[in-house]
Amino acid sequence: MNQFTQADVSTIDKATIARFDVPMADWWDSTGPARWLHKYNPARVSFICRAAGQTQRRTGQADDLRGLRIVDIGCGGGVLCEPLAMLGATVVGVDPAPLAIEAARLHALASDLDIDYRCTTAEAMAAAGERFDVVLAMEVIEHVADCDAFLRRCAELVRPRGLLILSTINRTAKSFAYAIVMAEYVLRVLPKGTHDWRKFRRPVELERALAPSGFRVVDVSGVTMRLSTRELRLSKDVGVNFLMALQRAE
Amino acid sequence: MNKDIPARADVMIAGGGFAGLALAIALRQGLGDAFTVVVADPALDHPIADARSSAIAAAARRLFSALGVWDEVVSHAQPILDMVISDSKLEDVVRPTFLTFAGEVAPGEPFAHMVENGRLLAALHGRAAADGIVLASDAVARFATGPDRVAVTLAGGASVETRLLVAADGARSALREQAGIGTVGWSYGQSAIVTTVAHERDHRGRAVEHFLPAGPFAILPLTGRRSSIVWTETTAEATRILALDDAGFHHELERRFGLSLGELSAVGRRGAFPLGLKVARSFIAERFALLGDAAHMIHPIAGQGLNLGLRDVAALAEAMVDAARLGLDCGGATVLERYQQWRRFDTLSMGLATDGINRLFSNRSDVLRLARDIGLGMVERLPALKELFIHEAAGITGEVPRLLKGEAL
Repeated sequence: MNQFTQADVSTIDKATIARFDVPMADWWDSTGPARWLHKYNPARVSFICRAAGQTQRRTGQADDLRGLRIVDIGCGGGVLCEPLAMLGATVVGVDPAPLAIEAARLHALASDLDIDYRCTTAEAMAAAGERFDVVLAMEVIEHVADCDAFLRRCAELVRPRGLLILSTINRTAKSFAYAIVMAEYVLRVLPKGTHDWRKFRRPVELERALAPSGFRVVDVSGVTMRLSTRELRLSKDVGVNFLMALQRAE
Repeated sequence: MNKDIPARADVMIAGGGFAGLALAIALRQGLGDAFTVVVADPALDHPIADARSSAIAAAARRLFSALGVWDEVVSHAQPILDMVISDSKLEDVVRPTFLTFAGEVAPGEPFAHMVENGRLLAALHGRAAADGIVLASDAVARFATGPDRVAVTLAGGASVETRLLVAADGARSALREQAGIGTVGWSYGQSAIVTTVAHERDHRGRAVEHFLPAGPFAILPLTGRRSSIVWTETTAEATRILALDDAGFHHELERRFGLSLGELSAVGRRGAFPLGLKVARSFIAERFALLGDAAHMIHPIAGQGLNLGLRDVAALAEAMVDAARLGLDCGGATVLERYQQWRRFDTLSMGLATDGINRLFSNRSDVLRLARDIGLGMVERLPALKELFIHEAAGITGEVPRLLKGEAL
């Protein structure tokens, strides 16, 4: 965020600013630290459109999200919220980091998009009785302290027949090699210590954690890089990054 | 023409040549009326005065078909039905044929068509206007890049905020220089003399390339009993030949063309174009992309310059349309990097291949001549290799953008 300066937010919460300062300043620089997030965006949006199209749509047009109320838990600077709003969804972005929410609000203003950003948590949203057609938790569960409790809170936010969409990293030998060794130590596209391999969840573990809340898996996809163009694309290989869509029963 | 330049546009294209107009049409057709495209070029309101002709490879023709332009051009397009390559000295009476290509990439689809540039530009221009593209007969004077938009100022004073500025302003691109993107390359010290001739007998759709010691002499069939000539000489010799009177020029032409098609008569203006290989060090900068000749100039030996430009168009249009359909920023780094990764390898390999062919053939050494004749003879005897050459010349190898397959975006 270039319009974003330290002075604008220094009064909000100094301790949090200190913790999130580095990753937030550059949410929207698609050549900067958030580069891989931007590169991942086409695959993420495609998957969301596909899953929503299969279970929520009435118009039959894949890239039309009009009429859907979507919440993005851990929205950061709004990199995913904006394209969803562009496609017509009513979007709420939630993140406990005030600097990220401030960055997201400023960018939405510049993009002329109406997105409801809230500096709060999934727990508080669930307690307030909020309900959504689609709940997104993208690249979040591998960072939370208690994954199962977090998933239960997210599940509460989904209306009957609505969708919960998760994006995370599998716990496999391959993901250790790629997500930890390659990403943090060899290519250094992520800061060291970004991920703890033991916190990664396998697809079947997510399925089991959410079954008691009445969810069943409707779509799963892996993500792989196409070497010729260095694009990240949806694929059948769920060995490292994967996306999962679960639908809540009536 | 300039009264309706919008203050905000999704994309601004500087340069209304083949590449710029084709990109504008592809984006507009892919993304609909809500997507604003401005093409700025001071030459847009002048009558089109390009005397050259171009070989439209099969892939490029598919792109023109997908854009709805080909129907306007087809009656002026001469299919190249076969191609003959010979290697000889100027004084050789008989020019042995070493390589022939029967020119179809698929049944009923010739690998290339010859079209006069003026006809093609007129068709693109008409399509662009019909599709609601803003055509501004003005030059881009300067631009300032911000995080989300580029502020573009036209020479006439209008200013436009856009997500992406595309420089399709030719080999001596002023915008490429303004963006601080350097080029690598070299000049061959050769120029191509270009003209159009009429001849007594029908060419039957045959293209002929004589590899003469000074460089290739290509006879490319046009509609009617006419052919386009692309004739390579050292720049000094080209300058001398161009300055000859009509009789002298005709004599030099006939010495090279031969009399296989009967008496020749000059029907077109003559011009000469210096040859070189030039590739931009990067095809992209922040919210900025180079397209066509602004990104690369290659040796025209295999007629690939225009076709490479249209491959840029197909790749950039597809990257932008895919992103915009997902609600993503069509001028962001992710889109531009996809475009650059897609195009650079192809451009460099084509540039180096044509450079290699030119160096091999623009040579008076008899040893080299023997070696290349053996090489051509071997290609002649290996159908699979020949097929690959034809498909490469037609531009349909590698990972192919949808437009080059004739599919709509």
